[in-house]
Amino acid sequence: MAPRREEIRSVLVLGSGPIVIGQACEFDYSGTQAVKALRQDGCRVILVNSNPATIMTDPTLADATYVEPLDPDFVEQVIARERPDACLPTVGGQTAINLALALHDRGVWQHHGVRLLGASESALRLAEDRLAFQQAMRAAGCDLPRGALCRSVEEAERALAEFGLPAVIRPSFTLGGTGSGTAGSMEEFRRVVAGGLRASPVHEVLVEEGLIGWKEYELEVMRDCADQAVVICAIENLDPMGIHTGDSITVAPAMTLTDREYQEMRDEAFRVIRAVGVETGGSNIQFAVHPATRRRVVIEMNPRVSRSSALASKATGFPIAKIAALLALGYRLDEIPNDITKKTPASFEPTLDYVAVKIPRWNFEKFPETRPVLSTEMRSVGEAMAIGRTFREAVQKGLRSLEVGLSGFDPWERRGDLDSALAEPGPERLLVVAEALRRGLSVETIAHRTSIEPWFIHQIRMIVDLESQIAARTLPEMQGELLLHAKREGFSDARIAALIGATEEEVRRTRGVLGLHPVFHRIDTCAGEFESSTPYLYSTYETHDEAAPTSRRRVLILGGGPIRIGQGIEFDACACEAAMALRSEGIESILMNCNPETVSTDYDTSDRLYFDPLTLEDVLEVVRRELPDGVILQFGGQTPLKLARPLEDAGVPVLGTSADSIDLAEDRLRFGELARSLEIPIPDHGVAATPEEAVGLAQRIGFPVIVRPSYVLGGQRMICIHDESALQDYIRQSWPEGREHPLFLDRFLEGATEVDVDALCDGASVWIAGIQEHVEAAGIHSGDSTSALPAGGIPEGALRQIREYTLRIGTALRAVGILNIQFALKDERAYILEANPRASRTIPFVSKAIGLPLARLATRLLLGDRLEDLGLPAEPRPPRSFIKMPVFPFRRFPGADSVLGPEMRSTGEVMGIGPGFGAAFAKACLAAGIHLPLEGCVFLSVNNEDKPRLSEVAASLRALGFRLLATRGTAERLRESGIACEVVFKVNEGSPHIVDRIRAGEVAMVINTPLGRASFFDERAIRAGALERGIACITTLEGARAAIDGIRAIRGTILAVEPLQEIHGIGPSAAGEDENPPGKKGRRADRPWMGRIRPLMRGETSRSSTRHQGGT
Amino acid sequence: MQALLALEDGRIFHGRSIGDHSEAGAEVVFSTAMTGYQEVLTDPSYHGQFVVFTSPHIGNYGIHLGHGESDRPWAAGVILRDLAEIPSHPDSVESLRGFIRRHGLCGMTNVDTRALTLHLREHGAMRGFFTTQIEDREAAVAMARQVPSMAERNLVSEVTSGRPRSGMPSSNGRGPRIVLLDFGAKSSIEKELRRRGCPLASLPAGASVEEIESLRPDGIVLSNGPGDPETLLPLLDTIRHCIDRHPTLAICLGHQLAGLALGARIVKLRFGHHGSNHPVKDLRTGIVRVTAQNHNYAVDGDSLPAEAAVTHTSLNDGTVEGFVHGGRRLWSYQFHPEGAPGPHEALAIFDDFVLALAGGAGIGPA
Ligand SMILES: Nc1ncnc2c1ncn2[C@@H]1O[C@H](COP(=O)(O)OP(=O)(O)O)[C@@H](O)[C@H]1O
Ligand SMILES: Nc1ncnc2c1ncn2[C@@H]1O[C@H](COP(=O)(O)OP(=O)(O)O)[C@@H](O)[C@H]1O
Ligand SMILES: [Mg+2]
Ligand SMILES: [Mg+2]
Repeated sequence: MAPRREEIRSVLVLGSGPIVIGQACEFDYSGTQAVKALRQDGCRVILVNSNPATIMTDPTLADATYVEPLDPDFVEQVIARERPDACLPTVGGQTAINLALALHDRGVWQHHGVRLLGASESALRLAEDRLAFQQAMRAAGCDLPRGALCRSVEEAERALAEFGLPAVIRPSFTLGGTGSGTAGSMEEFRRVVAGGLRASPVHEVLVEEGLIGWKEYELEVMRDCADQAVVICAIENLDPMGIHTGDSITVAPAMTLTDREYQEMRDEAFRVIRAVGVETGGSNIQFAVHPATRRRVVIEMNPRVSRSSALASKATGFPIAKIAALLALGYRLDEIPNDITKKTPASFEPTLDYVAVKIPRWNFEKFPETRPVLSTEMRSVGEAMAIGRTFREAVQKGLRSLEVGLSGFDPWERRGDLDSALAEPGPERLLVVAEALRRGLSVETIAHRTSIEPWFIHQIRMIVDLESQIAARTLPEMQGELLLHAKREGFSDARIAALIGATEEEVRRTRGVLGLHPVFHRIDTCAGEFESSTPYLYSTYETHDEAAPTSRRRVLILGGGPIRIGQGIEFDACACEAAMALRSEGIESILMNCNPETVSTDYDTSDRLYFDPLTLEDVLEVVRRELPDGVILQFGGQTPLKLARPLEDAGVPVLGTSADSIDLAEDRLRFGELARSLEIPIPDHGVAATPEEAVGLAQRIGFPVIVRPSYVLGGQRMICIHDESALQDYIRQSWPEGREHPLFLDRFLEGATEVDVDALCDGASVWIAGIQEHVEAAGIHSGDSTSALPAGGIPEGALRQIREYTLRIGTALRAVGILNIQFALKDERAYILEANPRASRTIPFVSKAIGLPLARLATRLLLGDRLEDLGLPAEPRPPRSFIKMPVFPFRRFPGADSVLGPEMRSTGEVMGIGPGFGAAFAKACLAAGIHLPLEGCVFLSVNNEDKPRLSEVAASLRALGFRLLATRGTAERLRESGIACEVVFKVNEGSPHIVDRIRAGEVAMVINTPLGRASFFDERAIRAGALERGIACITTLEGARAAIDGIRAIRGTILAVEPLQEIHGIGPSAAGEDENPPGKKGRRADRPWMGRIRPLMRGETSRSSTRHQGGT
Repeated sequence: MQALLALEDGRIFHGRSIGDHSEAGAEVVFSTAMTGYQEVLTDPSYHGQFVVFTSPHIGNYGIHLGHGESDRPWAAGVILRDLAEIPSHPDSVESLRGFIRRHGLCGMTNVDTRALTLHLREHGAMRGFFTTQIEDREAAVAMARQVPSMAERNLVSEVTSGRPRSGMPSSNGRGPRIVLLDFGAKSSIEKELRRRGCPLASLPAGASVEEIESLRPDGIVLSNGPGDPETLLPLLDTIRHCIDRHPTLAICLGHQLAGLALGARIVKLRFGHHGSNHPVKDLRTGIVRVTAQNHNYAVDGDSLPAEAAVTHTSLNDGTVEGFVHGGRRLWSYQFHPEGAPGPHEALAIFDDFVLALAGGAGIGPA
């Protein structure tokens, strides 16, 4: 490649921090691409990201990896230490942009002579400042929604007169769109404006013409330093304006624009990117188009790579973030080759001969206080993308990719009427539209009620029409034409089975008999015009297969599907590590996943990539085509694990722990038996099939109990129940009629310390990688608790028990690969809570704490190496204190209570590293956005169980100089112990009460342990107030103690920064490639898995067996 | 109704017939444009061709008044993966199926267009025969082999307007006067020139030098058009005359004819360039533009005379996409500056041409 800015030799890359709604895994993808690209170009790359679960923070990727808070103080320290030539702030989402701007304001860039690549400070600011943006757009001749900033209801009414209702109201400077809304009537308008003014700290709202029901489009644009610009992808939202693009079903390419409309939009996008002044890189520009008049307005532009650019990259095969990084170095688009064709340059516009559909995934069920209605504020936690030759094929694949129990357009059976479901967009709206069609509503009526573009509704109608044709047949009658037609239209075997009253297995067998299998097409950026040398594939029922499997030894890794709470980016990091491990073992890695946000679906990560749903049907078809030597399930979380049994039954060589062992661990009754037989204490438990049984069981094992439904999709609904009447309530409300699925009850261990153990196993022996101690007591989901490595507070005796039990379980399960176990320690006794024979959420965290790549090491075990081959240290000692701290999405869910429980609700995590617990905890808090106060007033309110232990905490706070505030009972208790404390009113005792004082900013920190149901209302208001003010709100006494340690640490020392490479003494590795993972010693020549290969796919005869002889 | 497309090399592709027409033969080319099927089908350059759209959903926004590149479709047929039966656009006046039927085009949907595209990519553009008589494949293949090749047909004579169309006398445009030689011109070319205030007369391909000169043009435009330029050798004298005497803008087929007139050779591309995403580099400025293209032939750059300088090349395959001629005032482009369908960023070429005519400027960067 040709010239570039020679003076840039080292680049600072800013990550996006913890996964939160609206800023997720896509920035790990973009950041990882940028890091790799910069490094391959010879730059020294310095990375800062507080999120340990990312693949970008794998210490072999960047030269210096700082897992530190994305906070100006810390980043400035990094800059002072590393002296980078430049900084790339455009691949880390809004977090990185804000950080870059803050550092600019402090003069840090100038002081250290660091230049910003991609976009200048003024461009970044212009895109953010709504008023300045509007002016710039008008100057560039763009149309915008009319609107005005208003500081009173009267002013807002005057502004409204210019355009009329409906209107959108957005308060200035609130986080996550709090207080925003739409108004269709004057009454509503006044109410929303008044509310918005109250919510805005500067008492200001933007009143805008409501473009409700307009069509929404996004263009992904790239520009280089020579002012050459291209559109990578045009995305059409199926959902109209008024539903955030992040919450919309989106389709690429745009479907319903004429060439003239599209070209005009494209011209305008270029005007926007130039007017904002983005010098190089990717930008995202959002447009609204009136469905009838076709008036087009600019909604927003993001001068950086975004969620949509990740989607566009996956949908087109054009790696936007990677190219953006190279453009930032001064390359021009035409100097960079198109990765996929290798022969043509990147200065072109991808053209698609398929349709990519993205469908978001929500977790509303975890926030029952919030109505599941979609709006201008994003609430989805993840997404799936599906690719098909038509929209119909893609959308049906998309629905089954979501893993919410759908096999396609399953019937919408919710009670409640269809009319309101049509009017009020919710997570199931596609199903609602299909149901409306089934019930005979016309396309026009539905389009009118939903504002969904009629073209899409027509497409769904074609699916529904075919459905009734299918339903009129039996399986034998379907054979041939109709079955092929259904498959071409994207119907899954399961959906066909449901329609004709057969089983999925029967449909699959019929297909097999008829030889009806999908082929695989390549995503090639050019609609087949040029040959593709990159196997980036999707399945479709066409006639020509392009998979071209190799004859190398190869292993298929299944990814984790869409991100949801409880199954996050950690699993993607593990899947990517596995691919890297295979690569360095000389084995071809084949990845399969359907999540467009992830690094695992970057075609650069593995040797071959299949972008397809992770259902049994789709996996079997990929296996059939690839005939891999083995399949790895244990790095994708629960998703692929569920496939263990059926895959094994189909004769697929699953590497790692056997399906039976997985079942043994997952089935709570079998697991209970196992624990007993191994003499491992386990909380009393049982299973109930009827309400009477449940009550009897609870009485026998004793309250409180933990209740969990054995089978709930999309959320665990675990809860802790303290007495019989609460249990009765629960049964009435949450245990569905029919009760097909039993209820599990466990004795709840109160006040127990929870411990998470991650271990590697080779089927015979077990090696413990890390024992984490949770800060919060058991009862708060392990994913929601803060945990520490090393586990400082656990007595040696208990540690011995834990090690011993882990060994017993690992050996008994004959586990191979990773094993994760949770224990609860109570009265010096370790009880086992559960064992997960797969990579756990904490694997990336533990790997970074001990400096060993656990998922890679586990991959070697899966390949048949023994623990002793890996050259592991006896028991790793974390060289520092490492804290993992979760972050929560409560702000996005109005009314949601922030108190924690056994059901996981965090979306992401950060890591704090320090010389001791306090420092690490303080850094984790900073990274998680929790402001530990150094002075001021702390409000205390704790439940009766906690009261005896409160005085110690209170005394420590006093000793640190904090003033204390408490309601009467607690205050008196403290005064009795000689601790000074001011009394404050409860909410019902008069004003100013505690919530008033929190709102007034007089409280610096809240320590509030839940009192139970009685004082629910007060507590909620208190926690909500704290959330609103952004002050630390700690809901456990253990957390309070940790916070005090943190505060001491902040006061005592300067918290220093240190890269992982220095912490663990890891030398730099060659750019991108990891040819020398730690612990790599002699690998087995006689890896047992090579001898383990069974004839694949029962029923499939000669072809597979001959292949195998040839292949291995 | 079932239908098939038989290719001259024996490959058969199945689908469902869209139109009423039951049989026709033509050269099969694929277009990778994702929008603009109406413009493509009405572009006279596609005369005598079956167009395979690689984009699977075609017909989504229907047919629009004023979006045609001429007043009728010229492509012999369309081959699609998925025809949108019900268009969705407030300005649509007709469905694509209705349009195809009304004009008696061949059409086939539900075809594995990717397999067909890959086949054409590997084996080159070739002749095909479309039929709804699906039983006799052999016969269909034989028919495909009998389809006259491009080189055997004078397609331009079939598409060029039969009589002169002149906007010159009545036009109140004060810009330079332009004579457009219509080899099958897209109406967008005229539109772009008129939009820039140029009085414009369009003459049939075979117009004589006298006819041209009688209109006292300030500049000449050699338009796009269908087929093999070497079937048009009799026109070269007139073209040479134009180039010698007047500033000339040549587009697509016009560009190939200009090349021939200057003595250059023409090469046939394997499967041509048809789409809206073709990167073209301006060798003088180094700037790359994404352009609309539709051609099966190209000017062989090495055979151009020394005074002609190649100004534009395709970044995909290095073929010549534009040249200027030093002694004469000739700007010649293989791609379509008018887009339609396709990007607008090369529209500046019309500005520069009109400016050059008005100000008499020499060969400058376009
Ligand atoms: N004037 C408006 N009328 C109706 N909906 C709007 C309007 N402006 C924005 N929206 C909706 O709100 C969503 C979020 O707005 P946007 O400005 O893109 O903010 P964000 O920074 O959250 O992406 C958009 O995707 C769109 O659906
Ligand atoms: N018997 C128990 N006593 C106390 N806490 C428990 C008990 N069982 C589970 N928990 C708590 O509930 C959380 C979730 O339970 P777990 O069985 O680990 O489910 P998951 O499969 O969601 O990880 C645990 O992390 C722990 O904090
Ligand atoms: Mg937006
Ligand atoms: Mg657990």
